[in-house]
Amino acid sequence: MSATDAAVQEVGLRPTTQRIVNDFAIQVATVNGSGSQTANLVLLRSIFQMGVPVSGKNMFPSNIAGLPTWYTIRASAKGYIGRKKEVDFLVAMNPETAREDVLTLPPGAAVVYDEPLKLNELRKDLVFYPVPFDKLMQPITSDAKLRRLVRNMVYDGVLSRLLSVDMGQMEKALKKQLGKKLKAIEMNMSALKAGYDYAEANFTKQDPFVVEPMNKTQGMILIEGNAAAAIGCMMAGVTVVAWYPITPSSSLPEALIDYLKKYRRDPESGKTTYAVVQAEDELAALGMVIGAGWAGARAMTSTAGPGVSLMAEFAGLGYYAEVPAVIFDIQRAGPSTGLPTRTGQQDILSTAVLSHGDTNHPLLLPSSVTECYTMAMEAFDLAEQLQQPIFVMSDLDLGMNTWMAHPFEYPTTPFKRGKRLDAETLKKLGQFGRYRDVDGDGIPYRSVPGDGMPSYFARGSGHNEQALYSERADDYTKNLDRLSRKFQTAKKMMPKPDVDMAAEGGIGLIAYGTTHWAIVESRDQLKAERGLQTSYLRLKAYPFGEEINDFIDRHDRVYVVEQNRDAQMLSLLRIDLTPARVLKLRSIRHYAGLPIDGRSVTTELLSQEGEPDLGPKVSSFGTVGAD
Amino acid sequence: MATPTQPTPAPGKKINRIGLEPIAYRGSKTTLCAGCGHNAITERIIDSFWELGISPDQVLKLSGIGCSSKSPAYFLNQSHGFNSVHGRMPSVATGAVVANRKMIAIGVSGDGDTGAIGIGQFVHLMRRNLPMVYIIEDNGCYGLTKGQFSPTADLGSKLKTGVINDLPPIDTCALAIELGASFVARSFSGDPKQLKAILKAALSHRGTAMIDVLSPCVTFNDHEGSTKSYSYAKDHEEPLSDVSFVPFFEDITIDYDPGTSTTVSLHDGSKIVLTKMTEDYNPTDRLLSLRMLRETAMRNEFATGILYVEPDKPDFIDLLGLVDEPLAHLDESRTRPGKAALDEIMESFR
Ligand SMILES: Cc1ncc(C[n+]2csc(CCOP(=O)(O)OP(=O)(O)O)c2C)c(N)n1
Ligand code: SF4
Repeated sequence: MSATDAAVQEVGLRPTTQRIVNDFAIQVATVNGSGSQTANLVLLRSIFQMGVPVSGKNMFPSNIAGLPTWYTIRASAKGYIGRKKEVDFLVAMNPETAREDVLTLPPGAAVVYDEPLKLNELRKDLVFYPVPFDKLMQPITSDAKLRRLVRNMVYDGVLSRLLSVDMGQMEKALKKQLGKKLKAIEMNMSALKAGYDYAEANFTKQDPFVVEPMNKTQGMILIEGNAAAAIGCMMAGVTVVAWYPITPSSSLPEALIDYLKKYRRDPESGKTTYAVVQAEDELAALGMVIGAGWAGARAMTSTAGPGVSLMAEFAGLGYYAEVPAVIFDIQRAGPSTGLPTRTGQQDILSTAVLSHGDTNHPLLLPSSVTECYTMAMEAFDLAEQLQQPIFVMSDLDLGMNTWMAHPFEYPTTPFKRGKRLDAETLKKLGQFGRYRDVDGDGIPYRSVPGDGMPSYFARGSGHNEQALYSERADDYTKNLDRLSRKFQTAKKMMPKPDVDMAAEGGIGLIAYGTTHWAIVESRDQLKAERGLQTSYLRLKAYPFGEEINDFIDRHDRVYVVEQNRDAQMLSLLRIDLTPARVLKLRSIRHYAGLPIDGRSVTTELLSQEGEPDLGPKVSSFGTVGAD
Repeated sequence: MATPTQPTPAPGKKINRIGLEPIAYRGSKTTLCAGCGHNAITERIIDSFWELGISPDQVLKLSGIGCSSKSPAYFLNQSHGFNSVHGRMPSVATGAVVANRKMIAIGVSGDGDTGAIGIGQFVHLMRRNLPMVYIIEDNGCYGLTKGQFSPTADLGSKLKTGVINDLPPIDTCALAIELGASFVARSFSGDPKQLKAILKAALSHRGTAMIDVLSPCVTFNDHEGSTKSYSYAKDHEEPLSDVSFVPFFEDITIDYDPGTSTTVSLHDGSKIVLTKMTEDYNPTDRLLSLRMLRETAMRNEFATGILYVEPDKPDFIDLLGLVDEPLAHLDESRTRPGKAALDEIMESFR
């Protein structure tokens, strides 16, 4: 401890003349159920409205009220929207965690806190701004419950003053957040003003953090991945939705229900062109999706790890009976119940081979809210084209946090409904064999009830090309080999990886999903701080295509970066790749339940390269202005 | 069901009202044991569909896993079949029926498939009142896995190996009534007349029609001491009433005495006529039905017939408020909202 203490004393406070513009993270520590979400989103939105790239990450407990919650808002002139590990500006509202929150801050950070907590006594190397929240709230309302809820707007007001966040933008954001609730807007505005005025009258700015207007968010939207996926599902023409509530998935079907209600009613009859069933469990949810998919509907479900585990048997049925289905897995952390409100990429391996026997499933790997939207549509196409369940592997960070994006584009390609039997095809084929590989790609033709085409008997037990029950070894192996062929075909149909070949012969990075945002930042750090160029391949799907071989061949060593303990994607790569290529692979893993950040990747990569991470060459204290 | 067009029968050929011969309703050859009760039920299913003139291509036939669940392969070859996974047919049926409300769905399950592994899905199927006929081929044991007790095995019944069942049985009919099923019946595979009448009534009902059919397993559970054997069932069957079924396309010509009969009108206009056997039995009285089931069970007897019916209860499709066309057949123009919708949504996130 003493060594650190000494260092702390030495660094001390920064000169107040220093300015760190649009490059810092604000963390609000509250108790869940205290209504801080409005205040946090108003702050996030205000900075966004000032044209400054932002991202918001909520770290919340698995509990309804009374446990600690941290909300982090990152402003980044450079547009980094991944997590930043260091907190620069703390708003300490939770007495339970305040001490630890303050003790873990880096030197030079600023703290706005509830005055009675006396946090200023804890450290000498921080800037403290005590605010008497209760006193400021007294004139605003006498209703204790309202006071508690609106109190959070006071810190928004204080921050507005301290960080130079425009009050006009705050007001605009507040109105956006609260919609038409005039009374609520009025009261929140009073609290906001009270905070602002208090800060103006009592604080001299001692920290370097400021927001200055930019023009980097013009025309953009702020959205959570689950809402984006819901929009994608609706645009993909989903007709049957079956689901069972689970964090962090629930907000996907819930958003979808809202959109469907609004946009998918028959204009004449007022009746719905969709059905949503809240199933008795995830097993039933996938059962319903499989039943609907077999009957020809575009059907989906959404869940998280525990639900996926329950779905295993039906996933195998979908694979073997060849039934289209779309399953969203909004991954969370942990085996068993684990950490239900923390993020991870921990279901990759088990989902790729979900269910017993020789079974494998295509996975889509969205890394942005935009891809949640586009991949939802791709998933429905692929499910029908490949006639099998398709898993979309999102995660809590992507699904539930707020991300910037350009407005989504209206789809230009019509639905791809795959090989559906029609009179013409039937004539050409002569005879319908549901599981006959007519085209050599492993994908047979299918009929659906009521389409006037010949029926067939779908089953999870052994069957021949005619879909008749069979236990014959030759029928079985022929069928299984065709399914392998279909998986090969899938490789060509899945979205191709994004490749940036910047360091041929040197270091390559492979990542997927939300890990992408840490990679973007880490690559910049490696380049700026070490002059180290890296190449990057971002996976968008499993099974992998040819591109991955080429990428590995062109590099000396390749780091696979992911958010799980067991290097799950690397394990899948090991199965597919030649031994020579496997030898080039290294692993960087992050599995604490918090989103992976760029600095962690940089540090770990350098350490594996045999070099210590000395941090930024030009310390972040010196980053001035917006470049 | 489509309105029948009466074709002129070719001389000597037995055809139904849509011009099909019984053979059009048959399935593949059964692979179940000779004498298995399930085979007899299959035959009655074939008869019922043929007699009602339901077009086989309008039928979804589904099942779980078990000897019983194999039987959809043995009837209605032209229908759309799905032999799913053990105990989970209700969810598959729910998805399929919701996706295509025009189809007529029949599901076949076993007492293990329903009462053990599938009891959860069974419970929720009954609650939802999904329009389908749900048959439990009830032999009190697991046939396909070689004779273990199922949850409908009666207290004190004995396995071939001498093991005695010391757990109380689940009465699937009482459970279904309790859960809100709108048509609940029990019959016996060896009673072709009653079973056929019940099946036909069930097919005309809108909502879940649950039929528990005692169906002896001749290989594992048809011996002295088994309460689900042919001899026991024959001796202890207590028909509540003589069930006659009058389809909507036939006039009521059956001779019955109004003083001792009840007529229940079904959704599509057809009628069930119950001729009283023993006592005044009103199948629309839920409490009475439950009480009667309890009492007969206490006497170690099976009440057979239509035990409970609620013809006007809204089914799951009504509750969902779906468009008339099958969801599965809606094309892109109906299911992909226009650009204005997306623009409006995007605006809300600005
Ligand atoms: C998940 C799962 N567990 C166990 C089995 C094995 N199994 C197959 S059929 C069956 C019991 C069937 O009994 P029942 O439903 O009464 O039908 P019956 O064969 O008697 O007609 C069991 C346990 C299985 N197929 N799947
Ligand atoms: S084992 Fe029993 S239930 Fe199975 S087919 Fe044979 S008689 Fe029927």
